[in-house]
Amino acid sequence: MSHLSLTDADREAMLAAIGVSSIEDLFADIPAGVRFQGRLDLEPALSEPELVAHLEELASRNAHTGVELSFLGAGVYDHYVPAVVDAVLQRGEFLTAYTPYQPEMSQGVLQTIFEYQTAICELTGMDVSNASGYDGTTVAADACFIARHATGRTRIVVAETVNPQVRQVVKTYAPGFGLEVVEVPHRAGTTDPDEFAAACRDAAGAIFQQPNFFGCLEPAPDLAAAANDAGALAIAHVDPVSLGVLEAPGNYGCAVAIGEGQSAGNFQSFGGPHYGFIAARADYTRRMPGRIVGETTDAAGKRGYVLTLQTREQHIRREKATSNITTNQTLLALAGLVHLTWLGPQGLREVGETCMALAEHAKERLAAVGAEPLFPDKATFKEFAVRLGRNARDVVRAARARGVHPGHPLGRDYEGLDDALLVAVTEKRTAADIERLAAVVEEVGA
Amino acid sequence: MTRLIYERSQPGRRAATLPACDLPAAAVPPELARKRPPRLPEVAEPELVRHFTELSTRNFGIDTGFYPLGSCTMKHNPRVNERVVGIPGFRDLHPLQEEEGAQGALELMWRLQEILAEVAGLPAVSLQPAAGSQGELTGLMLFRAYFADRGELDQRREIVIPDTAHGTNPASVTMAGFELVGVKTDARGNIDVADLRGKVGARTAGLMLTNPSTLGLFDENIEEIERIFHGAGALMYYDGANLNAVCGISRPGDMGFDVVHINLHKTFSQPHGGGGPGGGPIAVAASLEPFLPVPAVVRRDDGTFGLDFDRPKSIGKVRGFTGPFGVFVRSYAYIRSYGPGLREMSEAAVLNANYLLARLKDAYDLPFDRLCMHEFVLSARTLKKEHGVSALDVAKRLMDYGFHPPTIYFPLVVAEALMIEPTETEPKERLDEFCEAMLAIVREAASDPEVIHSAPHTRPVGRLDEVKAAKRSVVRYGFEEHPDLAGEPAAASAPKGA
Repeated sequence: MSHLSLTDADREAMLAAIGVSSIEDLFADIPAGVRFQGRLDLEPALSEPELVAHLEELASRNAHTGVELSFLGAGVYDHYVPAVVDAVLQRGEFLTAYTPYQPEMSQGVLQTIFEYQTAICELTGMDVSNASGYDGTTVAADACFIARHATGRTRIVVAETVNPQVRQVVKTYAPGFGLEVVEVPHRAGTTDPDEFAAACRDAAGAIFQQPNFFGCLEPAPDLAAAANDAGALAIAHVDPVSLGVLEAPGNYGCAVAIGEGQSAGNFQSFGGPHYGFIAARADYTRRMPGRIVGETTDAAGKRGYVLTLQTREQHIRREKATSNITTNQTLLALAGLVHLTWLGPQGLREVGETCMALAEHAKERLAAVGAEPLFPDKATFKEFAVRLGRNARDVVRAARARGVHPGHPLGRDYEGLDDALLVAVTEKRTAADIERLAAVVEEVGA
Repeated sequence: MTRLIYERSQPGRRAATLPACDLPAAAVPPELARKRPPRLPEVAEPELVRHFTELSTRNFGIDTGFYPLGSCTMKHNPRVNERVVGIPGFRDLHPLQEEEGAQGALELMWRLQEILAEVAGLPAVSLQPAAGSQGELTGLMLFRAYFADRGELDQRREIVIPDTAHGTNPASVTMAGFELVGVKTDARGNIDVADLRGKVGARTAGLMLTNPSTLGLFDENIEEIERIFHGAGALMYYDGANLNAVCGISRPGDMGFDVVHINLHKTFSQPHGGGGPGGGPIAVAASLEPFLPVPAVVRRDDGTFGLDFDRPKSIGKVRGFTGPFGVFVRSYAYIRSYGPGLREMSEAAVLNANYLLARLKDAYDLPFDRLCMHEFVLSARTLKKEHGVSALDVAKRLMDYGFHPPTIYFPLVVAEALMIEPTETEPKERLDEFCEAMLAIVREAASDPEVIHSAPHTRPVGRLDEVKAAKRSVVRYGFEEHPDLAGEPAAASAPKGA
């Protein structure tokens, strides 16, 4: 095993120092009844070249976005990830470090987290961000936990236009939190503020998504106001790439902003690992889950960074902690920081504008071949839904046979939308790509 | 002073080049449009790369040196795993790709499930949980679903946890809506069985146990504990944080556990990344399989692989898609490089730990004098009493010798605890150097305690004032709006807690 360093001579010397005669003796405390007999039934070890060949073979049976023209989105997007992200993430000092419990050993990671927290606060218009959550679904559950304990109330309102996976995760967590989940149906692709307000009465918190799962722009300030008027925490689920062109949730009254970070700096990677972000107003700082880095100084007045406000956390507070999270997604959040730094404020705005312009163009081209927008009156960001002439899953199959993945069929998650397709357009797609999409959809689907 | 990236920023600079777009701009409704841009850094690429490279040099990883952080299993991360995770067929695969277009990814996950089932000694696996603590919570959700299905949930409210447990265990209990019942540790470092008997009954939903424990000790009474819980109709959860000790040697399923989580970032070498990502798959007994998260990764009768959403008793989803796939690629590659030799991995981890223990146990206090498994806990109690040198002081001084400190002040049952886990990938020379440093610190405690109290002397910063950080709560760069603390010396006495 190339990862092991001990020689036979080392082993003998070490056993002698311990005072036992064999490695077997080291396991004397394990009762015979629970000792595993024999060898694990696993395939034989592979050398490094064999291992690479095996994994190359597995990977070759995946149709990735380099070989198939893809308009899939629905929460994970094929945005460009700049080369500097790879370069920074492969620095072994970042890649192979643990959680920065010992700050003098970990100023690099701690400072990057502080910088990441700042970037997330700037994007969302909030006062405090943690070091990351698992993904865009689990941070929604975290936000519910904050709302439950900040208000003492027992109901969470979720707009039906929130990503179905986010809603499913919230429903999975809710019973343990003592929460009931109420969904507010969409009206032609967005949420009606009056209906939302009615549902928010006596609620702990209310979650909406901007842009929503259909790609439509919600009347977000009105939804936030509806929650606030009811004394519920307004929780916005946002796409970081949209926040150069769309208003920050903190600037229209939200208490908590959450989201999936993948759009900013992470490859699609079949769904993970990515990072979720959660940021809040200062009122909720002490209810935040997970790691938070703060600034301080050493005895000489030199600035430095430490994990702070740890009395919220499981290793100190145990059953009274604000969350059980410990391992988070720091490396993926670092990718996010590097990506956002690469973009800068101007680049972020340009990516948003480009995605929007391309998506608008795609919407027109698809309409021209008979795939009309599902919600024609609603403004959209980088994603939109169209109505096809037949079942969307069949269209996807037929289009893929022509080298194009046209998008995500909505029928699995929304009743009555079996013929609807959700189409995402990132800055990596071109006008020519969109022509090809339109041609294929015209041929197989509309 | 190292500048923040925001302090390197100059208006008008940028690193990004983007495709030109000559399509007409799409209009954002004015009431939804961003009024003032976020103050992201404005730097060109050369300064971007220099900034993060400089920060990396202010950090210590396993690539830098020995990192015996107890309970964290800081082993070498083979670089081939980074190569394979970057293969475009994995890296650029969309999670909603049709099954026909993702057969390689689905097969990899199915194979990993089969491997983890064999290592855990339990029949069914879900890869979905994002980390160990989410595995714990998922396991407790399975407990809820199991007892709800039997009509016993209202009655079975309590989870029993020993006082040596990771803090995540009690925190998970709360998040799952159960109540905590603590149980003591006996004089040999096992669960106190006499204490336990009085605490398990009709109200008990289950046990959460790390075995070997956070003391690095295998619970010698595990068979008796199993009889007590299963005899009471309760379930058993295995916190797999310490699985690195027992791969191929003793399997949680064979010990009687009903649910196990496996920390892919510990045992199976997903790099820790400064705090994550991780992976926390769970393996479960057949009785709990119907409740596992959806979707399940399955091999169909025709030999193809797919996702099964049709699980009516499932607890639902605990995170997006099917889990942290990139972590699965790395861990699968790691396990395939060992094959059945995973047993030798665990043997070497236990040998390395016992060797360190043998060399250090006379110089430090040893609260439980037994052979250890993959880690052990020493105490600096005597050093503190005689020379005023605490576990924190020892930790800080180790930095000057070029080592990352062990875990300190945990587990809570040991005063001045130093929890040391060398892992299997360290050569004997590194272990010897670490022992020499630990022994030198004991000598320094008598001859020159001040050099220890003022340590570290060789790091980019001295001891940092954690009390000030919590009190001032500066958790984002202030631009011109908030104070910067630079130049304000820390309080005279550095914080003593960890």
